[in-house]
Amino acid sequence: MKILSIIESAYRGTIEEQDDTILWLNHIFQNGGAEVSVLLRGNSVNYLLKNQDASGLQFGEWKQTNPPELDQDLTAMLEKGIAIYAVAEDVRDRGLPQDKFIAGIKLIPLGEVAELCDRFEQVWHW
Amino acid sequence: MTGKTLALAIMDSPYESANSTTALRIIHSALSQGHNVMVFAYEGAVNLTMKDQKPHANSVKGTNLEEENHPLTKDWIAALFKLAEEKGVTLDWVNCGLCVDERGAGNWIEGPRRGAPKDFLEAVKNSDGTLVIPTR
Repeated sequence: MKILSIIESAYRGTIEEQDDTILWLNHIFQNGGAEVSVLLRGNSVNYLLKNQDASGLQFGEWKQTNPPELDQDLTAMLEKGIAIYAVAEDVRDRGLPQDKFIAGIKLIPLGEVAELCDRFEQVWHW
Repeated sequence: MTGKTLALAIMDSPYESANSTTALRIIHSALSQGHNVMVFAYEGAVNLTMKDQKPHANSVKGTNLEEENHPLTKDWIAALFKLAEEKGVTLDWVNCGLCVDERGAGNWIEGPRRGAPKDFLEAVKNSDGTLVIPTR
């Protein structure tokens, strides 16, 4: 089954979960035999930036040992054959430097999103 | 005690928003600096202190239970209670009783108490500052 997961909610509980639960879920779907692609839109395009550092969380004596590494999670998904797309206008509007993006992602104009959706049996907007 | 008193209302469930982490960081900071904190946990926030929370491994990352060391909000809050004790200040954590009943969420770690909206009103009257962090 070909699935396009459009991810818009960003950094939702990522510190507590140590990852993005929707990226994780789609990774599991791919491992389970689905053919998953991901389209990042809205604030989630920030996931493309390399070297994000969410370490250092501490409450009293409790210290987090595995902070989320969303850029590395996306890289691991690419290595599993999951195509990662991002809406170019959302990247531009936020002034994100493309030279600091992880390798292998595809930027597509907003006007081509409908055409992209046509290539999939399932389109899920998270 | 020369510290101030801060009242907070929080609403988000664990693992669904950055709001909980942000609120707990503020509480950590206030307690660390010698201030008292009253928390009114409303709606899904009553689940933050559930005793039966359990960590898990992560099959995507290939980590086992120990390696994953998954955060549990009950542990975070327990650490905050311990911090308050060490600092000689008060952390008064009130779980909304009706919200607890609706969710069957009454099995907590040691520290929180059952209460009602009037507890928050009372705390606000007796506080130097109030912060509401609602669900969006």
